[in-house]
Amino acid sequence: MPSESEHQLLETTLEDLKHLFSPRAESGDTVVLNMGPQHPSTHGVLRMIVELDGEIVVNAVPDIGYLHTGIEKNMEAKTFVKALVMTDRMDYLNNMGNNLAYCLAVEKLMEVDVPPRAQVLRVMLSELERISSHLVWLGTHSADLASQSVLFYCFRERERILAIKEMISGQRMMTSYFRPGGLWRDVPAGFEDAVRDFIGYLPARLDDYDALLENNPIWLDRTKNIGVIDGETALAWALTGPSLRGSGVNFDVRKAMPYSGYEQYEFDVPLGQAGDVYDRYWVRMQEFRQSLRIIEQALKKLPKGPVMTANRKVAPPPRSELGHSMEAVIHHFKLWTEGFNAPKGEVYVATESPRGELGVLLVGDGGPKPRRVGWRAPSFPNLQALPVMSQNYFVADVVGIIGSIDIVLGDVDR
Amino acid sequence: MTHIQDTLAALTAKFGEPKAGAALEAVTEFRGETTLVVARASLLDVLRFLKETPELGFTFLAYLSAWDDWPNEPRFNVCYQLRNLTLSSNLRVKVLVPGDDPVLPTVIGVHINANWYERELWDMFGLKITGHPDLRRILMPEDWEGHPLRRDYPLGYEEVEFTFNFEEIEKKKPYAKN
Repeated sequence: MPSESEHQLLETTLEDLKHLFSPRAESGDTVVLNMGPQHPSTHGVLRMIVELDGEIVVNAVPDIGYLHTGIEKNMEAKTFVKALVMTDRMDYLNNMGNNLAYCLAVEKLMEVDVPPRAQVLRVMLSELERISSHLVWLGTHSADLASQSVLFYCFRERERILAIKEMISGQRMMTSYFRPGGLWRDVPAGFEDAVRDFIGYLPARLDDYDALLENNPIWLDRTKNIGVIDGETALAWALTGPSLRGSGVNFDVRKAMPYSGYEQYEFDVPLGQAGDVYDRYWVRMQEFRQSLRIIEQALKKLPKGPVMTANRKVAPPPRSELGHSMEAVIHHFKLWTEGFNAPKGEVYVATESPRGELGVLLVGDGGPKPRRVGWRAPSFPNLQALPVMSQNYFVADVVGIIGSIDIVLGDVDR
Repeated sequence: MTHIQDTLAALTAKFGEPKAGAALEAVTEFRGETTLVVARASLLDVLRFLKETPELGFTFLAYLSAWDDWPNEPRFNVCYQLRNLTLSSNLRVKVLVPGDDPVLPTVIGVHINANWYERELWDMFGLKITGHPDLRRILMPEDWEGHPLRRDYPLGYEEVEFTFNFEEIEKKKPYAKN
């Protein structure tokens, strides 16, 4: 009977979770409350079960899986290029970053070279993606804590980036623009001007947001000395990205294990000191400016040339060739029907997403479909450290701490 | 000698030559990455040695996942992606787990962040992690049956409900209220 089974489900859940809470919860000294999965400030469908002593958090247990769509399983059933389309949808604020991580893994597995123009464009677009993601972070984080106006301002700037993405790929978010071997097609005329306009426009806006938040007493009250985690603990919990650098640990995948030509660009890695919410905010604000620096350098050095590798085993030939070359037709046929076959082996490629280290474990088995695409999503271990960061702070601070880790549930759940 | 070569030398000195049936079963290199296959019984010792020896310094567990080689045995290839942060040196430690005995010891004692990754191994592959303090499903609902990322688990889909078959499909759903 339906009501009975619902009742049974409730009891089982409480019993199973007893070991996560202190004995004080059983005696009624502390209260166990549910936060989410529908909650305006948990940045997605995140359920948290918090144990509270009055207003102080004794333990916060995240319950995830509400956005699990089986992307990893689905990718195993598609050829390499078709599976790429699913990668946009994981960390949905860093679409091209996900594409990039996957393409780098496929290119490493297949030993494919990417032409220089494609590499520079990839870097430029990844940094634009980083700015776009940080804009959403800044907007939602400040909306949770202090001001909703910053939310609307940030989304206004983000519209410009979405217009650029629409210009190059026809899609505002799920671009699937990076393909194994290079890019889908070359950027249209007007792309460079649009990007140049944007990087000229943004710094003044960032100064505005700094003026609104950085010395704002409400902001400082809600972010200083909240959610503190020291560098060693952060490393033990495998935090990465701005959440780790806010605690002063200098680890950025773009500097440590450069990919796609990042070693050719000059940029700083901002580091915080205290490891509190404010430092993580400050690190991301500085990252905006560093990304703008990288984009400017990329614009200056953008070479001319093809954007797709000449390796016909992986990249399809241009349609103009199909009229007069039999080999081109054969390659086209093979790639469109079966797809390229990957050798047997595993590769792991790490990139720096706006959230941290985004890695792909790609396993080939000799066939046209990947055996396994394992995603090292940065928000997964970052969220694991949430209970450590929120112990002994007020329940109202939990919202700020979640915002400061900048999780995206698509990343956590895949 | 590179850091990885030093590491392999130190491991061989401590655990013996890599050969089938020994503590270290194989060392392979592919696309510039080194994979060390270890026996399940020596997994914790190897991870602890890699982490606590100062010259080796593989203190960071970047990723822990598995892939299913079904129908080949041993089917579960569990990959521990380790890193030395100061030298940016990466090493993959792999354990091959057979399908009829899908058990693995927990590595939380060495790398505390393995907690949720091991829960995902249980949830997605059915690998029972002994010694884990909180082994329950993480991504799938608590009462789900089956382990989705196994190769013999079908890639299912939900039937599309149109007006003509809406009632029929709703009746088949688990918590249907007729």
